Amino acid sequence: MRRLFDDELAELDADFTEMGMLVSETIEQAVSSFTNRDAVAAQQIIDHDHDINEREIALEKKTFEMIALYQPVTTDLREIVTILKAVSELERAGDHARNIAHATIKFGTKQKIPVLEQLLNQMGLMTTQMVKDVLAAYVDKNDHEARKLADVDRQLDQLNHQVRADSYAQMRSDPAFETGASIYLNVAQDLSRIGDYVTNVCEWIVYLKSGQIIELNTASQDGETA
Amino acid sequence: MKEEILTTQDLHLYYGDKEALKGINLNFDEKGITALIGPSGCGKSTYLRTLNRMNDLIPNVTITGTIKFKGDDLYAPSADTVQIRKEIGMVFQQPNPFPFSIYDNVIYGLRIAGEKDKEKLDAVVEKSLRQAAVWDEVKDHLHESALALSGGQQQRVCIARVLAVSPEIILLDEPTSALDPVSSSQIEATLLNLRHDYTIIIVTHNLQQASRIADRTAFFMNGELIEVDQTKNIFMNPANKQTEDYISGRFG
Repeated sequence: MRRLFDDELAELDADFTEMGMLVSETIEQAVSSFTNRDAVAAQQIIDHDHDINEREIALEKKTFEMIALYQPVTTDLREIVTILKAVSELERAGDHARNIAHATIKFGTKQKIPVLEQLLNQMGLMTTQMVKDVLAAYVDKNDHEARKLADVDRQLDQLNHQVRADSYAQMRSDPAFETGASIYLNVAQDLSRIGDYVTNVCEWIVYLKSGQIIELNTASQDGETA
Repeated sequence: MKEEILTTQDLHLYYGDKEALKGINLNFDEKGITALIGPSGCGKSTYLRTLNRMNDLIPNVTITGTIKFKGDDLYAPSADTVQIRKEIGMVFQQPNPFPFSIYDNVIYGLRIAGEKDKEKLDAVVEKSLRQAAVWDEVKDHLHESALALSGGQQQRVCIARVLAVSPEIILLDEPTSALDPVSSSQIEATLLNLRHDYTIIIVTHNLQQASRIADRTAFFMNGELIEVDQTKNIFMNPANKQTEDYISGRFG
């Protein structure tokens, strides 16, 4: 029996996926704006950040309405809860893309540090791919893929540590690098945080499939404050 | 450790040739609320009525299997149906007060059992009506006709009438489906209080009612018990696909 609820849920699902794609594109653009030091592209990201926030609010409102009007249970409830939780994660990931755009502008024409530049390129590519993969895992309701993405998050954390160590080394060797190195540090941190939020979305995909609330990457929180 | 107060084993019930219950195995611990849910005609009400031998009154019914109340076979030739229905009381869908005063309704069971001590009867009336959460509303009208009460009040008086004979198990067959939402929630609140002292088994078509008040929920379909579990599990993550589809409103 096709329920009205199914139509509304399909619509909610499509809106969520669309927001996911917007966040994914924004992260990709932020990474590329930093790699190319493209201040114009960076400014566009900053100017459009509110698009993501507005979509988050619209999706939250829609989920609240559906809970109130349909009182969903079992899988229906889990789908709605997953979207409700995942939109916040995506919105926060979007905030970090905006931070990266700010970093791009702040970096300006300062001298690049090749070793850090290379590490950040690597992190940027991994993060961008990870966001695409989590959306695919959500669309396919594939909890197996979602669990696998936690490994990428761990790799991102390791790279973040390395960026940190290298940045400090650069600062010590030449105080003139201080501002530039601190920006690398922040961007690596932003990318690592995006990885954490994506991992949280992965946890909600697992919940959607199994009803189990799990922690996929407990190490990443420690790494961040280390 | 909770004791099983009521057990049913391989219970089959036939209306003529039609098998309405196809081998139900379901046990009840003492105290708490179990909700029986399922689509119309699934056998849940039929099952409920076997638990105090209400189906005895229907011609052409055959029952096989075992139902034990505190270890005694409910269908043994020596079993006393009057005693059984005193210990296992029933509340029906339509409030069915007798055309007497509220007071006489409540003490009906005791009066036919020969109780005449007015002080004792007064005490039972007050206690039962309080337990049924209707005392404050009717205490000044005890000798007026129960038929003058609202549907929700009548239903609570009917619950008081069951409580007056000190049952151990209370069976309720869709007790709120004829009531408005406010009266329904009063009945629900009453049951939530009673579950600490009685074993309550309720048939309901209102899934939200089951999820709100039942400790355990049993899902019936086509005369079979499909799944029974803690209510939380049934509504959050049922083991059976049919349960999930019914609970989510995909059929039924």
